[in-house]
Amino acid sequence: MVDFANQWARRIPAWPLYIIGVLPAIWLFYLGLTGGLGVEPIKELEHQLGLIGLQLLIAGLAITPLRRWFGLNLIKYRRAIGLLTFFYILLHLLVWLVLDVQILAQIWADIIKRPYITIGMVGFVLMIPLAVTSNNYSIRKLGPAWRTLHKLTYAAAILGAVHFVMLSKGFQLEPLLYLGAILVLLAARIRWNRKRVAA
Amino acid sequence: MANRWKNDLTWDDVTPEKAFLNRRQIIAGMAGVAAGAIAGPAFADKLEPNSYEDITSYNNFYEFGTGKDDPKRYAGALTTKPWSIEIDGMVDRPGTYSFDQITSGMTIEERIYRFRCVEAWSMVVPWNGFELSDLLNRVGVQSGARYVAFETAYRPDEMRGVAFPVLDWPYREGLRLDEAMHPLTIMATGLYGRPMPNQNGAPIRLVVPWKYGFKSIKSIVRITLTADQPPTSWNMSNAREYGFYSNVNPEVDHPRWSQATERRIGGGLFAKRQPTLMFNGYEREVASLYRGMDLTKFY
Repeated sequence: MVDFANQWARRIPAWPLYIIGVLPAIWLFYLGLTGGLGVEPIKELEHQLGLIGLQLLIAGLAITPLRRWFGLNLIKYRRAIGLLTFFYILLHLLVWLVLDVQILAQIWADIIKRPYITIGMVGFVLMIPLAVTSNNYSIRKLGPAWRTLHKLTYAAAILGAVHFVMLSKGFQLEPLLYLGAILVLLAARIRWNRKRVAA
Repeated sequence: MANRWKNDLTWDDVTPEKAFLNRRQIIAGMAGVAAGAIAGPAFADKLEPNSYEDITSYNNFYEFGTGKDDPKRYAGALTTKPWSIEIDGMVDRPGTYSFDQITSGMTIEERIYRFRCVEAWSMVVPWNGFELSDLLNRVGVQSGARYVAFETAYRPDEMRGVAFPVLDWPYREGLRLDEAMHPLTIMATGLYGRPMPNQNGAPIRLVVPWKYGFKSIKSIVRITLTADQPPTSWNMSNAREYGFYSNVNPEVDHPRWSQATERRIGGGLFAKRQPTLMFNGYEREVASLYRGMDLTKFY
């Protein structure tokens, strides 16, 4: 089963992911313009883009545990997933800035005064260097530092999920499931047996 | 005794059903609608009530789920006939009153009110209902009573949302007696001249137009007159964010967002924000209720 999946993964290139990955965003904007997102399309669009961003974060974080625990190698898709994550979070932020809040003074006040927005914003800022260095040139140039830098993904993922938990009204299950999934995927990276791993 | 309050929005402000349906069709990109059909209301530069569709498809009614479209999808499961309200506490004639007993003899008026949600969106709704004071006077409020407590139906078999403790069910709300007796405060039994849709709180709900929407409790099964301030659901869930009063106030922010502006539902993807009015535009009518109170403290 895993061998079969790995064979297919060898054959399917990563580039179509970029095209497929952008389609939901276009579709959501189209729905928003034509009434398909209900009577309050701004919040719905903002929410959907944020959710897709979180789902992509989870997909990206799943790749290493899948290889380690199940031998499934999907690493060649990770860059595309990471860049798409950045793309959706950027759109989420832009919808919030341009369509939702609209007022520049209030945007700054919100970022500084509202902890859930501060946290979401920090999560986004941490993703910028990751997106900028997601190319072969940077990997060569940075060497081992690249791997260390890209551990920022872990912090961004936790901040993103906490942002979702904090913005919910009342006690809701869905955001906690996202946070739980991210924490499980991060825990799956910890080497519990403390055995030295050969370099 | 009714018609004590004069509406500043009238039926002339309401978009005719035909016109808003046509507008929807154009928004939906459907061809074949004559341009003449959208003249007037669609482009009028005045406050116009939201369409029936807006009002009935974007709701917070967590008993049916936390999504805005959940109430429309799932509230149909609520049995609203028969319906009764238990009225107890400090009243002269406590008892269980049927929906018909409660509404018989009441003057059902049209009240076109602004509706401002604590989440910073708003609508204008043409409610049908009677003044709560008429009901309270009928059951006889005893002299020591100072507050009115309300409770929403709690029916796990019909309400899929109560399976998870989003809030401490049943949903509870409360008013000070003078707020409850205010002529703006109504028990609504319908909107747009039709019976109250389930997602909007069928068959009977409270509407307090100068307070955030969550105060206007839906599908009421119990009204209790008390001497002490009753516990209320959102206040129990998070007292820092949701005060007992929860009057619409652009100067007192919700800890997580500004209350200075709001977005009218129905404006599409590029809807502009508009300033939120003190007491949701009912300052003239209700400000005297809170004279001398620090509204940043009693939010």
